[in-house]
Amino acid sequence: MQMIRREPGGILVASLLTLLILGTLAAVAWQARGLSGLGIWDWRAVWFTVWQAVLSAALSALLAIPVARALARRRFPGRAALVTLLGAPFILPVIVAIMGLISVFGRNGAINDGLRLVGLPEISIYGWQGVILAHVFFNLPLSVRLILQGWQAIPAERFRLAESLGFAPADISRHLERPMLRSVLPGVWLAVFLVCLTSFTVALALGGGPSATTVELAIYQAFRFDFGLGRAAMLGLVQIGLSLAAMTLARWITIPAAFGTGLQESQGPQGPPGWHKGVDMLAILLATVFLLWPILSVTASGLPRIPLLPADVWVAAARSVVMAASSTFLALLLCLTLALTIARGNAHWIEMAGMLPIVASPLVLGTGLFILLRGWFSTDAMALPVTVAINAIMALPFGLRALIPAARTLHSDYGRLADSMEMQGLARLRYLILPRLARPLGFAGGLAAALAMGDLGVITLFATDQPTLPLKLYQLMNSYRMTDASACAVLLMAISFTLFWLFDRGGRLA
Amino acid sequence: MLELCDIAVTLGEFALAADLSIPPASHMAVIGASGSGKSTLLSLIGGFLAPDRGRIYWNGNDITALPPGRRPVSFLFQDQNLFPHLSVAQNVGLGLRPDLRLSSDQRARLTRALEEVGLAGMETRRPASLSGGQQSRVALARVLLRARPLLLLDEPFAALGPALKAEMLELVARIADETQATVLMVTHDPQDARSFAPQTILIDKGTAHAPTATGDLLDNPPPGLRAYLG
Repeated sequence: MQMIRREPGGILVASLLTLLILGTLAAVAWQARGLSGLGIWDWRAVWFTVWQAVLSAALSALLAIPVARALARRRFPGRAALVTLLGAPFILPVIVAIMGLISVFGRNGAINDGLRLVGLPEISIYGWQGVILAHVFFNLPLSVRLILQGWQAIPAERFRLAESLGFAPADISRHLERPMLRSVLPGVWLAVFLVCLTSFTVALALGGGPSATTVELAIYQAFRFDFGLGRAAMLGLVQIGLSLAAMTLARWITIPAAFGTGLQESQGPQGPPGWHKGVDMLAILLATVFLLWPILSVTASGLPRIPLLPADVWVAAARSVVMAASSTFLALLLCLTLALTIARGNAHWIEMAGMLPIVASPLVLGTGLFILLRGWFSTDAMALPVTVAINAIMALPFGLRALIPAARTLHSDYGRLADSMEMQGLARLRYLILPRLARPLGFAGGLAAALAMGDLGVITLFATDQPTLPLKLYQLMNSYRMTDASACAVLLMAISFTLFWLFDRGGRLA
Repeated sequence: MLELCDIAVTLGEFALAADLSIPPASHMAVIGASGSGKSTLLSLIGGFLAPDRGRIYWNGNDITALPPGRRPVSFLFQDQNLFPHLSVAQNVGLGLRPDLRLSSDQRARLTRALEEVGLAGMETRRPASLSGGQQSRVALARVLLRARPLLLLDEPFAALGPALKAEMLELVARIADETQATVLMVTHDPQDARSFAPQTILIDKGTAHAPTATGDLLDNPPPGLRAYLG
């Protein structure tokens, strides 16, 4: 059986995507040929990458359990807002969060002020502990949301049954909660592990040195400081190998979707009273403080200084907005084309191609594109376009996750009607696809825009005199202009959130 | 004249064969047990499904490879016959031009078509604000405007009450007469078949049989149909 009409666009996009990702990989591999392989420092980077990811994922998942349980069984004013807030780190620029963490845990932060006051030794945010702290900051909220979904998936009837059987909290935990956690936690752990495995910005800002360099950071250093393309390429292959190895774990462990499913106010059971309630409220309080304090702290010091920011910061901001908009447009175009073809079915490999960017590391892509393009373009000429393109590609898996289900519904509900009216091309786009897919398109666009706006990755490979806003922020941090850096961080955060809000809102209103 | 020549299609376990022709301007019922392939037959003619074998001819022209919109066909599905995000006028106008750039003459025809199906003045309404019967009328107004010579009905009125359904079938008959269209109507209801269609295509044991007189078929049903009708 076959449908009579086909959608060639998706096949083309998927082929180009596969070609690009495999092509850059091949370019990197070709460059790496005949080189002496990796030194002791490189293997230390591999080792650090793996163990920090293992530890960050374990800490995030474990710390998330009490918070998710408290959110699942307590009702209080502001609960819905808090659950929404837990989704925010996904679109929070990494470098902004790092500024926030430095302002709390850094040398002149509140924590060290307190420690000095009582005569205790200072803690340092730089090094492996800082890398792990930042990873937990980003992934604790994600883990809480995922585990909370698990909690809310336990039918309320079962809790009522437990109540009627006179279960104590320990019995409920044993018969209802622990089985759920056993099935949910491995997926949560793996989701966080994958994110931390390709960590670049955090390691760039807080790590470095022999004891806290990730493979991605080592690629950057090899490329940028030694111009050791061969070594960068070799490390790129190692990075891909690590990601692929981790992905094979996903054959046994289901990775839950990181966002999307609404966590609406469910009429779940109330938890036990007494000290249990105290523990729950404490967990929620601690998590909220941990997440909000750094952001509020950097906002408090940065906000008043925004008007004093030098002109080149504003220029960088404008450049970043234009780049984020271009990246979003490109991402939506690719996503929509792929999703519409996938919705027509019989195209499993196209879906796989769309998910390829998960394994591809942006720095490997960037290195590969540099190797391929350097014969034709100068580094300066390719810096911004390559960044725009790679950000668009990296946003694809998230966009596709939002768009594919909606595109499938669209196709099964209205595909035949539109075909029978011969609605093709622009007419179909204007009168069917855009109106019906406006919401997921807006959401996907918001994600793509916020991710592109806040990204500090590929652009660092190129010694460009046209910095993006995140790069400008990083440069300010490196020259110890911390007040300007704070103001810049607030500006970057505000723009990222605004871009997400504009797209998401636009999609809802359309 | 519509001709299905040696058509065969397989969908997993399910198979359907058809070798029959349908005279012009006839009203034809399509009857068969659930899952026998009534919708599949219509999908083959409408172009939503390509046959594994065989050709389909309309007035001698091979239309087997034509996409749905290029066929001489108007199709009414079981549901989702209207785009919920478009107005009544836009939904009907799509039948004239998929990009909705209507000339003033086309707009006048659209208004007349809406009057004819009893929806005068409803141009700007959205489907959600209409009753089930009115929604069917919008779809029929589009059929009327498109004036394609083949009208395929895949039980579009199944969700309506008996009186409303009868009313719609009358409207279909009027439109078909006006446009000289051949109608193929899937139905579960022998009464609908008797009142609307002088001839019936029976689908049984994976084969769509050549049309026979509806009355004879229903009075002396073959064993498979007898079991289905009860």
